[in-house]
Amino acid sequence: MTETVLSANMELLTFRLAEQEYALDIMSVREIRGWTHATQLPHAPAYMKGVINLRGTVLPVMDLGLRLGLPPREENERNVIIVVKSEDVMTGLLVDAVSDIVAVTGEDLQPPPELSSGASEGVVSSLTLIDERMIRVLNLAATVGTIERTAA
Amino acid sequence: MSEENDPMAEIRASFFIECEELLEALQDGLQTIDDGAADSETINVVFRAVHSIKGGAGAFGLEALVRFAHRFETVLDEVRAGRLTIDDEALKVFFQAADHVSDLVRICRDGADAPDAETAVLIGALDQFLGDTVPEEDAEEPEIEFAPMGLSLDLDLSDASDETEAACPDLDALPPPPDFGAPTGDTAYTITFIPQAEMFETGNEPALLLRNLSQMGDLKVTCDASTLPDLDKITPEVPHLSWTIHLQTDVEEAEIRSIFEFVEGLCVLEIARETGDGGSDGDTTDETPVSPIVDISSETVNTPPPARPPDPPQAPTAPKPAQAAAPNPAEPSQPARAATAPTAAKSVVRVDLDRIERLVNLVGELVINQAMLSQSLEQSGLSPHSDAMSGLEEFQRLTRDIQDSVMMIRAQPVKSLFQRMSRIVRESSAAVSKDVRLNVIGEGTEVDKTVIERLADPLTHMIRNAVDHGLETPEKRIAAGKPAQGQINLSAAHRSGRVVIEISDDGAGINRPRVLQIAIDKGLIPADAQLSDTEIDNLLFLPGFSTASVVSDLSGRGVGMDVVRTSIQALGGRITITSNPGEGSTFSISLPLTLAVLDGMVIKVAGETLVLPLNLVVETLTLSNQDVQMVRPGNQVIEVRSGFVPLFDLGASLGYREPLQNFDGAVVLLIAQEDESCTALLIDNILDQRQVVIKGLDDSFHRAPGIAAATILGDGQIALILDPSDMIANAGATALAPSPPLKTQGVSA
Amino acid sequence: MSLEILAVDDSRTMRDMIRLALLPSGFTVHTADDGVHGIEVLEGIQPDAIITDINMPRMDGFGFIDAVREQDKHRGTPILVLTTEAAPELKKRARDAGATGWIVKPFDPEKLVKALQMVAG
Repeated sequence: MTETVLSANMELLTFRLAEQEYALDIMSVREIRGWTHATQLPHAPAYMKGVINLRGTVLPVMDLGLRLGLPPREENERNVIIVVKSEDVMTGLLVDAVSDIVAVTGEDLQPPPELSSGASEGVVSSLTLIDERMIRVLNLAATVGTIERTAA
Repeated sequence: MSEENDPMAEIRASFFIECEELLEALQDGLQTIDDGAADSETINVVFRAVHSIKGGAGAFGLEALVRFAHRFETVLDEVRAGRLTIDDEALKVFFQAADHVSDLVRICRDGADAPDAETAVLIGALDQFLGDTVPEEDAEEPEIEFAPMGLSLDLDLSDASDETEAACPDLDALPPPPDFGAPTGDTAYTITFIPQAEMFETGNEPALLLRNLSQMGDLKVTCDASTLPDLDKITPEVPHLSWTIHLQTDVEEAEIRSIFEFVEGLCVLEIARETGDGGSDGDTTDETPVSPIVDISSETVNTPPPARPPDPPQAPTAPKPAQAAAPNPAEPSQPARAATAPTAAKSVVRVDLDRIERLVNLVGELVINQAMLSQSLEQSGLSPHSDAMSGLEEFQRLTRDIQDSVMMIRAQPVKSLFQRMSRIVRESSAAVSKDVRLNVIGEGTEVDKTVIERLADPLTHMIRNAVDHGLETPEKRIAAGKPAQGQINLSAAHRSGRVVIEISDDGAGINRPRVLQIAIDKGLIPADAQLSDTEIDNLLFLPGFSTASVVSDLSGRGVGMDVVRTSIQALGGRITITSNPGEGSTFSISLPLTLAVLDGMVIKVAGETLVLPLNLVVETLTLSNQDVQMVRPGNQVIEVRSGFVPLFDLGASLGYREPLQNFDGAVVLLIAQEDESCTALLIDNILDQRQVVIKGLDDSFHRAPGIAAATILGDGQIALILDPSDMIANAGATALAPSPPLKTQGVSA
Repeated sequence: MSLEILAVDDSRTMRDMIRLALLPSGFTVHTADDGVHGIEVLEGIQPDAIITDINMPRMDGFGFIDAVREQDKHRGTPILVLTTEAAPELKKRARDAGATGWIVKPFDPEKLVKALQMVAG
């Protein structure tokens, strides 16, 4: 259940979470915006930061680090929200900082080793090396949970 | 109505929309008959609905629909003519037939396969009412027989239509015969044509007939004006001329006759094949010596045959054709029927829904924007009497008016929805052999279009439940001293800014011991649970609960009342049950009028801003510690006018903070519950009362029970909109808050 | 040459169909929703021909034809009746009321145009 076959050339938006490098297909990114206060949703999972006003629409925001099972971090001004669209659902992903946009080819990407189960199971679709740094490319649908929801 | 790529496709789409309207009129009419409130126009309305559907269907070649509608129409025509009386049996079949027409319309629209077997069965049922009056194949034949003339004229007519001018038509001034090689024709006909008075009363024009004839071949016309009186004695409506026509053509006699189709019976017409030169084998007995006046090949025409009534001076005194002036008493639907007929079509504009959505969204933005502006103006410290502030007040009023008007666009009567339910009742009662009558009240109540659409499924399920489980079998009803026919009432009404839809039956009521037992058996509640009647009734809404021990065809489709409740809640609505053993049950659905705006109370709880529907707030109180009594730990009540009202700690319930221990200065809102009991909602303070724009939260937001939606406040922040009843009802289930059995302790005194 | 036509039918679909059939031939088409409306529309126009349905609310086709023929200025205006059945008695009634001719629904646009040209010129 990897995402759509990666095309020969794709662009990735890379960003940092707890000193690790992650990436998303730039085609799914709608915009990047600075951190604003999110209205808390009662009884939501801890990784749900809440909802923010995105030009008149209510956008749910997810703390991507918590979603991936990384330790909680202090909020700071460099935090940004990456607004993504997956299967027609818009979600904001709170990350530590955005790094770069890089072009890769299908050969640059390797499947991840089988991971043990955990919060991040299935969310990393492939790995790639850029300047000796390992970048984890995320499966967006698995990350924002649209797959679980549609199956439920 | 500008040019689209395919105007036919557009008309086709419009036809199906019209069909929906006609089907509604059809249902309405049948319902009126069923209610015994029909007058003579009712059957005409019913007939016309079927008739118009058939007419349109014919235009689009929708054979299955035409065939069935035709048969239905034929039977209805018998009723109209007074040859058939509608009894219960007939009405039942008519309802089924109407449902079937409705099915066929949808099948034709969606291009699905026609259910021929079902059609055949219903045609059989309809035919019973026809007896032997209508032979099987009456329908199609005459249409061919009387089909309009199929001449391949291709006329490029010049100006020859000045009808009021009574001059003899100059046939050469009429358009030239089309070039279809007719004059080479080898058959000669002699046609005698003597118009009678009636012909002019029908607006037929001899000159045009002659012209049309001239296009078939070589024409020689002689006009007999011998009976023409002196000019001052001419009566315009009485024909004084007759014609003898020689036509050389290769067309068939039938085609020649088709020219005279409209005047058949209004003239003496003889068509005879000529045997030799100038001779004729026909017996044109009326033939009198004629003087040639009009020769089709000649340039001149002189005598004016008064084919059409000339204009004044005669006109004002011209005698009216008696026949045409007398209204026909036999026709049941003559003019003066306006009172009962559907009123003249209101002027209506059809608008793409997307455009309305866009407008609704824009108005929503406007409201938010206005709220933001208000807030910043207030913070700027302007005097409330300044021009800016009073201008703002006017701006607020206008915004609100615009919003109301825009919401009106989306409002629709629930009638279409209710009509679908009457069909559900008919079908489901037949399936379980129960005699059920559906009484509908308030079908004119208007609700947001989306609400109506999304109510269809839950309502269908509840109606089926009522038929299947709510009502007893006829035998049991009679044994219980009730009429064999069960009653289901479906009503809609506006009540304090919401729409309340109720479905009630006069069945046995909820079998509480059994419900309790099932819930225990399924492990939904502990075996020793002590529950009030209301709590037992509410077990029906638990996921995984289904009362039917035998899963019937009807409601046992894996959909329980929990799904119904979820759908209602998704609309910002609530559902409650009341039931009396032996007397029946009532399900009450309360819905917001619109999904777009809400009159809200803005409150603060543990630093979070929240919005409550204003209409639920009965009263606000400020507490002191002695007002609060503990029933048991985590379970407090406050005393309000010698009654005890359960206290519900909103901040703790939402997980924002620990339960409050010190109540001095805390604010409570008394919230009216659907069952008329009250709950006191503990909050920090009230910020404002204002209209807010509702922004939906779907499941991707991890929406908690009690959180109905969200809105954007004047400062751009999002505030959640609460549904306190839902939250209180779910407080036990979520196990996230202390779970006092609140409802059992409502203010009853 | 263009004719001016008044089409009276309670079905929007039929009115649209008639308009669609006649516009390409350069006809000017006025429409009305029923007999009463038809009479109202007729006050402002002098059509070359009228097409009318029979089954209509408020005032049906027969009533409409009667009412048209009562007006001197429309006494000679050709009127075609649109009917789904050409049952002889319907035909006779239409004619008794003063109809010029009839067109059986569903009509062929070409035939409708021709029939109008035949009766209206």
